[in-house]
Amino acid sequence: MSIDYSQELSVIEGKPTFADISDVISKPLETKVNKKYYIALAISSTLLLWGAFCLGMTFIYGTGLWGNNNPIGWAFDIVNFVFWVGIGHAGTLISAILFLFRQKWRTGIARFSEGMTIFAVMTAGLFPLIHVGRPWLDGYLFPYPNQHSLWVNFTSPLLWDVFAVSTYFTVSFIFWYIGLIPDFASLRDRTVKKFRKIIYSIASLGWRHSNRHWHHYEMVYLVLAGFATPLVLSVHTIVSFDFAVSILPGWHTTIFPPYFVAGAVFSGFAMVQNVLIFVRKIFNYEHIITLDTLEKMNKIIILTGSMVGYAYGMEFFIAWYSGNPIEVFTFVNRAFGDYAWAYWTMVSCNVLFPQLFWFKKIRRSIPVMFAIGVLVNVGMWFERFVIIVTSLSKDFLPSSWAYYKPTLVDGGILLGSFGLFFTCLILFTKALPIISIAEVKAVLKGSQPSHHKGGHEDGK
Amino acid sequence: MENNKIYSVTGLFDTPDEIIHAVEKTVEAGYQKYDVNTPYPVHGMDGAMKLKPSTLGYFTLVLGLSGAAIAILMMWYTMTLDYPQVIGGKPTFALPAFIPVTFEVSVLLGSLGTVAIMIFFFFKLPNNSHPIHNTEYMKAVSVDKFDISIEAKDKNFDENKVKEFLKAVGARTVATVYWDNDEVSYKPRVFEPKFITFLVVLGLITSGATYIALNKLAYASPFNFMMNQDRQNVQSKSVFFGDGFGMRPPVEGTVARGHMPVAIGKAEDSLWVNYENPLPVTKESLELGKKKYDIYCSPCHGMYAKGDSRLRGQFPNPPSLHSEKVRNWKDSQIFLVITSGQNSMPSYAAQIEVKERWAIVNYVRAIQRALNAKEGALK
Repeated sequence: MSIDYSQELSVIEGKPTFADISDVISKPLETKVNKKYYIALAISSTLLLWGAFCLGMTFIYGTGLWGNNNPIGWAFDIVNFVFWVGIGHAGTLISAILFLFRQKWRTGIARFSEGMTIFAVMTAGLFPLIHVGRPWLDGYLFPYPNQHSLWVNFTSPLLWDVFAVSTYFTVSFIFWYIGLIPDFASLRDRTVKKFRKIIYSIASLGWRHSNRHWHHYEMVYLVLAGFATPLVLSVHTIVSFDFAVSILPGWHTTIFPPYFVAGAVFSGFAMVQNVLIFVRKIFNYEHIITLDTLEKMNKIIILTGSMVGYAYGMEFFIAWYSGNPIEVFTFVNRAFGDYAWAYWTMVSCNVLFPQLFWFKKIRRSIPVMFAIGVLVNVGMWFERFVIIVTSLSKDFLPSSWAYYKPTLVDGGILLGSFGLFFTCLILFTKALPIISIAEVKAVLKGSQPSHHKGGHEDGK
Repeated sequence: MENNKIYSVTGLFDTPDEIIHAVEKTVEAGYQKYDVNTPYPVHGMDGAMKLKPSTLGYFTLVLGLSGAAIAILMMWYTMTLDYPQVIGGKPTFALPAFIPVTFEVSVLLGSLGTVAIMIFFFFKLPNNSHPIHNTEYMKAVSVDKFDISIEAKDKNFDENKVKEFLKAVGARTVATVYWDNDEVSYKPRVFEPKFITFLVVLGLITSGATYIALNKLAYASPFNFMMNQDRQNVQSKSVFFGDGFGMRPPVEGTVARGHMPVAIGKAEDSLWVNYENPLPVTKESLELGKKKYDIYCSPCHGMYAKGDSRLRGQFPNPPSLHSEKVRNWKDSQIFLVITSGQNSMPSYAAQIEVKERWAIVNYVRAIQRALNAKEGALK
């Protein structure tokens, strides 16, 4: 088989015109929703309400309703926080890092995964706030002059987290909105309904597709991508500092920052891949979110999955190599102790199953990749559970060792977090263009001037 | 429409190649006040329009650096100047621990500031009253057309000439855009009584809601549950614990650091019988021993251990410690009697620490020697 490598293949399949792209992307916004949409929304909002109920119970009766005990003071709340922040990282990787690397296949999926970033960070942000027990006093997390003349502790990783996650959310949101402005303008010029026109006019800020604007717009997009790239690495690094800066065996390791970032991208890509499989089918975006795109995502899953697997091995090696008996005990206890079931769930889901992606057939088979994606997310959730709960359950003082069992309320809040995430996502698919109209047009075949007619020949 | 002021003349093109070509011709013809509208950024357009590289990056640099400076200054002020505290043995100005927050604040300020400057100052948006909004060709550009709009402000502008020029460079449609009279003559209505009333009402609602939230709601159930909590005073009866004691005894077998346990029981049975006195006879140990002996032992044993109690028969007098038997005891035996008690003497383990007991032993030995001195002992 001969392939012509001198020409870049288009990331969009078929030969849609600009008008086709505008039509197909704005179609979900202009058509009435069907029954299936309501069923999906009903399921996710039921989960959301159930989570809200459990949360309300927690606020009234206190965190005693959770399974947390002494010494396991961090459990589902922090596990869920780290899990959801991690899910968010894929979106920024796709929208910022792949942008800097000029990966054109990102255009079809960038908007949607940025949306997932925002919803995942919203969901994640909830958990530290409820973890404090009295969420109505969360304002004290921010440094402001108050009547107690107290400041926050700037040397604490938990405070770094407040800054990292809130900055991450804000910058992701701005990045997302900047990308949406030209699309709002396109929608404004399409719509015939008065009310929508007002909304889109306000949201588009009066964008005119002017090249004098595009000129700076591309610059700002580059600046934001340049900021978001170190930012996304810093966020999970700082999340890992919550553990690594402490002195607890099993947490106190220098491998945590890269290990956490790889794990976050790993689980995030699995989640994005899972959701996109449905989205491209339901909205007929198979030519924009192509099978090639999904295959490339699976390649990133196997890369990051192998990095995570390497980290698991390295943790054990360092525990042995350090010669620290407490460290050795912690890791042996992880693999063969009370929580061995969680540990081996994690290892098989995160290290073994993703290795199947070495086979091209599996990388391109939608049911199999969906199943592996689900397993990866199960595994990554258990990874955070294993790190947090096993390390705490057997610390330095054997007299205080305990076993952690989640309660129904814990489970309800976990389900509620999925409800919140998917409710936001389902509403998003009907409220905003889930693929960037302007960006996809820019990568269509024939969308850029051919070199022979462009500035090159005349100018130079 | 015909009476309105002209904003610009526009020409629509179908392909990116055509528009690039047309823009080059426009620049050659010497037009300066013109704009190009494309549904997406077209490569090479900036070069064709001869636009200078965007200066936004410099703003980003300044904003990012000021973010870092603000963060460092804020942390220096709060942690070093206003409320200095030593945390984790770090200096009050712990630069390595300040780096994460410094980074986050510079990213936040750099990105938000750049976007705000771009939108408000470079683009002068939001602006929904621009004349090209809502025109047919704006709608065409939003989908798939490319257009040049040569503005009436340009010094070479002449409606007919421009139209001919655009047709000559290949425009498919040429049209004139007019200012909208309503928008041109629009006056802001900020000072109308209606709007001011609206602001006042909004202010009242906001401040009222804040007052209720902070001064009423925060003290209502369930937000006040931390304010009234059950607690137990020391030395008082508990209704919670089964044994009725408010203070909890330490767990059976608890040992405090530096307090090695001594077996309670018969002196002879103890492993301590053969234990050597670890405390050397020094001035300090004898003084400690005298102090503790006078406090704990002398009420019964007498100031010189003769068994002359000061208690006047309220408690049985102990025998003298100058007997042959006691003088021949090992140090550890005296130590064990203090520790476990003997006959009617109770254990003093709770009152006298191990080191102090050995000091008392030394002191008792000194008294025994002093009161039973032999001829020539001073030599």
